[in-house]
Amino acid sequence: MLKAMLGEAWLAMGANRLRTALTMLGMVIGVGAVVIMMAIGQGAQYAVQQTISTMGSNLFIVLSGSFTASGVRSGSAGAPSLSVADADTIAELDGVVHVAPTHQGRRQLVYGSQNWSANVVGTTPEYLDARAWTIASGAAFGDSDVRSATRVALLGKTTAQNLFGDEDPVGKTMRIQQNPFIVIGVLGSKGQNLDGNDQDDTVIIPLSTAQRKVFGTPFLGSVRMIMVQADSAEAMPKVMDSVTSLLRQRHRLRDGMPDDFFMRNLSAAAESEAETTRTMSILLGAIASISLLVGGIGIMNIMLVSVTERTREIGIRMAIGARQKDILSQFLLEAVMISFAGCLLGLLIGLGVALGINFFTGMVIVVSGSAAIIAFAVAAGVGIFFGWYPAQKAARLDPIEALRYQ
Amino acid sequence: MSPGANESVIRVVGLGKSYETAAGLFPALKGVNLDIKSGEYIAIMGPSGSGKSTFMNLLGCLDTPSTGDYFLAGRNVAHMDKDALAVLRNRTLGFVFQGFNLLPRMSLQDNVALPLVYAGDDKETRRAKARELLGKVGLGQYAESLPNRISGGQQQRVAIARALVNSPRLILADEPTGNLDSHTSEEIMRLFGELNAEGITIVLVTHENDIAAHAKRQVKFLDGEIVSDHLTAQVPA
Ligand SMILES: Nc1ncnc2c1ncn2[C@@H]1O[C@H](COP(=O)(O)OP(=O)(O)O)[C@@H](O)[C@H]1O
Ligand SMILES: [Mg+2]
Repeated sequence: MLKAMLGEAWLAMGANRLRTALTMLGMVIGVGAVVIMMAIGQGAQYAVQQTISTMGSNLFIVLSGSFTASGVRSGSAGAPSLSVADADTIAELDGVVHVAPTHQGRRQLVYGSQNWSANVVGTTPEYLDARAWTIASGAAFGDSDVRSATRVALLGKTTAQNLFGDEDPVGKTMRIQQNPFIVIGVLGSKGQNLDGNDQDDTVIIPLSTAQRKVFGTPFLGSVRMIMVQADSAEAMPKVMDSVTSLLRQRHRLRDGMPDDFFMRNLSAAAESEAETTRTMSILLGAIASISLLVGGIGIMNIMLVSVTERTREIGIRMAIGARQKDILSQFLLEAVMISFAGCLLGLLIGLGVALGINFFTGMVIVVSGSAAIIAFAVAAGVGIFFGWYPAQKAARLDPIEALRYQ
Repeated sequence: MSPGANESVIRVVGLGKSYETAAGLFPALKGVNLDIKSGEYIAIMGPSGSGKSTFMNLLGCLDTPSTGDYFLAGRNVAHMDKDALAVLRNRTLGFVFQGFNLLPRMSLQDNVALPLVYAGDDKETRRAKARELLGKVGLGQYAESLPNRISGGQQQRVAIARALVNSPRLILADEPTGNLDSHTSEEIMRLFGELNAEGITIVLVTHENDIAAHAKRQVKFLDGEIVSDHLTAQVPA
């Protein structure tokens, strides 16, 4: 029965191809917009998750701003205003999970005849936890390595590959600024960050070793940057406030004097980028709903025309035994089929556009099965909702009146 | 006489139908009484506008009467709802129209099989029965053709095959030869004669005497009333 009816609906659609195609247009645009919206929206969601999972969540950094006593900024040449002792006291604050004083810079690495320039990060073991780094092979360094300034290094995957090729770097000795370092581990891969930088092109070494051997800081015990991880996104503002007051107090800044440090919320940067994309997908959502509405009205309109044109056919069908529900389902099925066909086309076009957006702008998109399911559910819904009235009109026709219709 | 000959297939009692018109209610049928036994072959006659089609539409369960009762195979259908009437149209009787009323986009086989779709038969059964009946009306070779490929007489035979496909014991035909030339009309009447010989009850409307002469009984309408009811043998030629 259903198969026979599907066949008939297909014939009816094919009887007036141009009209059917034009009717589908609204659905095509609507579903296309839904697909693009979901691809971009889910892409944004994914990008945030990705950033958070690779960057670490609820992170902010405190950067030292170097000031002279008169309050004039003297540039990075002066002594950094932050100290390792600052980091230790920040760690005592409520809501702080991890604190890592950090000093980083790009340096040349040498292994045998291989050269490679990578981002060298001098820090404490907590940095690995805060940034959610994993150890792929070997082991991490510990607090004792920081205390005794051992020359050990953890390599990011990209750095390891470029310097060691197929060799296993663990246990090998390489040089940073002429100083030999023993590679004790290789980090798990993180890939690119939101800015497109390769996070795996890095070397992590103990802070004290970095300051003494690599960056040559004359002010031991001071740092340019402290990374702080709060225990939740909600706690971030409060934690940042208490860090501010703690540092002002420790640096003996009187009221009215400017901070000699500044803070940046890393997670918020990722969030706000995602927010922009979300706004865009909401806009697309609005376009989608309007097109679906217009598409639905188009289907209703064409079905009403179809019912009028086929009044006689309806009369004949009733005369040979079609019940009201048979006529109803015939026209409903036709509306849903037009809707589905439009949906299928819209799905393909939407996918194409989403992939195009990804190709040309590099925006992260996520194509998921749920987008297709939602699109088809919407199509069925639109078909049934807007097909109902015309189908009902057809089913309620009087057989005699319908047969007499010319 | 065939078995069950005394059983009424159709019995109408005081059957009336009035139409709403601009000039008020118009009584097209004024309390008709008629009893049709199984296996009968009846011609309904009368001038244009005498109420023949109105009466046939009521018999065919296409319309409902304003007054009176209609017993079809013993069941009063005067007050049945639309869907119950649809089931009767589908299973209990076959209706043949003056204008053939085939669906133009469907093959002849699909046209003949359409009542079986609404009866819920599966595809194989539908195909087999439609083929069988197209063969019976002599059009088996055109099964896949569209209706516009064949002549009017052939289309009417397809319509008769469609009316027969659910094996009804009653065929109603409203001026089935009205659109056909006399030669083709004869062929159609021969087909009705064969069906009646198989025991199928036939009621057909015509205003031509030589067509009516094929029937065994002739009922004459005038102004919404039956004015005569004879066996054909007794009708003066
Ligand atoms: N739907 C209708 N509305 C109003 N009057 C009708 C309608 N159908 C038929 N009639 C009138 O009822 C009378 C009988 O019509 P009909 O049964 O078609 O006669 P016949 O088939 O004998 O020519 C005619 O006068 C016709 O005009
Ligand atoms: Mg008539």
